[in-house]
Amino acid sequence: MSEVLLDFNNVTMQFGGVTALNEVSLQIKQGEILGLIGPNGAGKTTCFNVMTGVYAPTLGTVSFEGKNLAKLKRFEITKVGIARTFQNIRLFSEMTALENVMVGADARKKASVGGAILRTSRQRHEEKESRERSMELLQFMGISDRAETAARNLPYGYQRRLEIARALATEPKLLCLDEPAAGFNPAEKEELNELILKIREQGYTVLLIEHDMNVVMKVSDRVAVLDFGQKIADGLPADVRNNPAVIAAYLGVEDNAS
Amino acid sequence: MPDWLIIRTFWELTVTGLALGSIYALVALGYTLVYGVLRLINFAHSEIFMVGTFGALLASSQFLSIPLLEDGNYPYRTGMTLIIFLVFIMLIAMLFSGIGAVVLERVAYRPLRGNGDAFGAIVLAFLTAFIVSLVFVDQAKINVIIALLATAPISYAYMRFFKQGRKAPRLAFLISAIGASTAISEAVGVWSKHGRDQYQTPRLLEKKTLFTMFGTDVRIDYAIVIVGALLMMTALTLFVNKTRLGRGVRAVAQDAETSRILGVNVDLIIIVTFALGGVMAGGAAMLFTLVYDQTRFNIGFILGVKSFTAAVLGGIGNLKGALLGGLLLGLVENYGSAIFGGQWKDVIAFVVLLVVLMFRPTGLLGESLGKARV
Repeated sequence: MSEVLLDFNNVTMQFGGVTALNEVSLQIKQGEILGLIGPNGAGKTTCFNVMTGVYAPTLGTVSFEGKNLAKLKRFEITKVGIARTFQNIRLFSEMTALENVMVGADARKKASVGGAILRTSRQRHEEKESRERSMELLQFMGISDRAETAARNLPYGYQRRLEIARALATEPKLLCLDEPAAGFNPAEKEELNELILKIREQGYTVLLIEHDMNVVMKVSDRVAVLDFGQKIADGLPADVRNNPAVIAAYLGVEDNAS
Repeated sequence: MPDWLIIRTFWELTVTGLALGSIYALVALGYTLVYGVLRLINFAHSEIFMVGTFGALLASSQFLSIPLLEDGNYPYRTGMTLIIFLVFIMLIAMLFSGIGAVVLERVAYRPLRGNGDAFGAIVLAFLTAFIVSLVFVDQAKINVIIALLATAPISYAYMRFFKQGRKAPRLAFLISAIGASTAISEAVGVWSKHGRDQYQTPRLLEKKTLFTMFGTDVRIDYAIVIVGALLMMTALTLFVNKTRLGRGVRAVAQDAETSRILGVNVDLIIIVTFALGGVMAGGAAMLFTLVYDQTRFNIGFILGVKSFTAAVLGGIGNLKGALLGGLLLGLVENYGSAIFGGQWKDVIAFVVLLVVLMFRPTGLLGESLGKARV
């Protein structure tokens, strides 16, 4: 049994009167690819936002390697090792692809005002290091040919991959991908699958939120299903696919009718 | 048309216009940087400039003990001594303005972002206690002691209040900015040595002609202002474009929320932004005293409004826009006052602004620290 990286313990998230998550417990283990699926409005993105510190849970705790995330500031959550991409692409659109990744890489560096002004040798060295590391990540994602292009001028597929490269630059232990295949054609989805597997080979743990069952079922080691803010299934892809509750949720069969 | 206007030639107006415009541009950078990052018009920035002029005054008259007049003559310095003195005075002015801007951010804006910290609370508590004690006691020393004693409990109360983490509405920031602006200038007006009177700054430099261009004598102080301002702006542009903190500033300007999730310490970046704006204003303040040899508690007001105009004219949030807007405003003002008369100077500046905004609502170069090809 491998080590638990992220522990979602009885998390309830309410917005006013709406309960977006209802006593969800979920664990992500070191080195696995966990797929999180569910119909629209099931609470996937909320789950994600709680995990990355955008919201503090109403009840319950989220801990990462034993640290309670609610006690950390948002930028510190990146430092403990959680990175994410966005469903709607949120790049720094006027910066170049390389600069976008470097902003991520900077999170690991100590910001020193004096160093920045005086251009100390350490500062220059670190700057070179970030640049090289960022370039490597662009190569890894297969988009290094457009490193100097402003993000807004990149093709859609490049933008999606750039988001992943930027998230990886923060040196996360857990990489959370929010619908990375949205808007991709089947060939591109295939490439993405390979990329996700490659990312895991590098030692990252991956949480994948995805609409597309093909992508999730192919790459995930384990799949959890949310419906109306509750976890209704959690297991191997093959088991989850045949789980009656999951089928009901996706096909819209009412519980009491079965 | 008065006589002095006829004597002035086009080129002379150009040189003085560029010098004045450089000062506008430097101050405009502060408005533009803060707007780019926080979408906030920092109206108190004009007072940061004023604090810088007093920093320059203190540096020359107190730290360097230079009198206004030595044996009835200006205390002119030359050569290396002059350069060292000028650099020293500029650094002190920058320090005053830079610290002023950072303290302003902590005390007047950060608590409103729902992010108040002990530092802001303590400063605010001290000031509150000090001002309240002034009402009852008439002796400065006792006031300070009372304020120090009262600081701890009041700052504790402020902390409780600030830490709620609620973000104040936009209007609150604006009111806070205007309040801070008035408070700073009035504080100097009331408590500085000569109060509301004008202060002369020592004239270190013989204002002779450096060289002649197009039949116009270019005075050395104007040359220093223009060159100094360009150097400072180049340094700022390099900082914003080439360093890690500069990258952070651009990232926060484009999307603060995403930056935060990527591990950018947004509060630190905001401090850096205010400090950069303050340092530029401090430089501008020193250059201003070099040309005009004077300052006053309310010197920032009109200059601040003009610089803000310059920032809007060029496109607020855009560093190149601040430069362009500043220089343009300085020139237009000078030409305009030569044609219509000096009393129309301020009117001309604002008419130009209105006309430009009618045709280009986002200013000449558009808004873009965030969308930064700075």
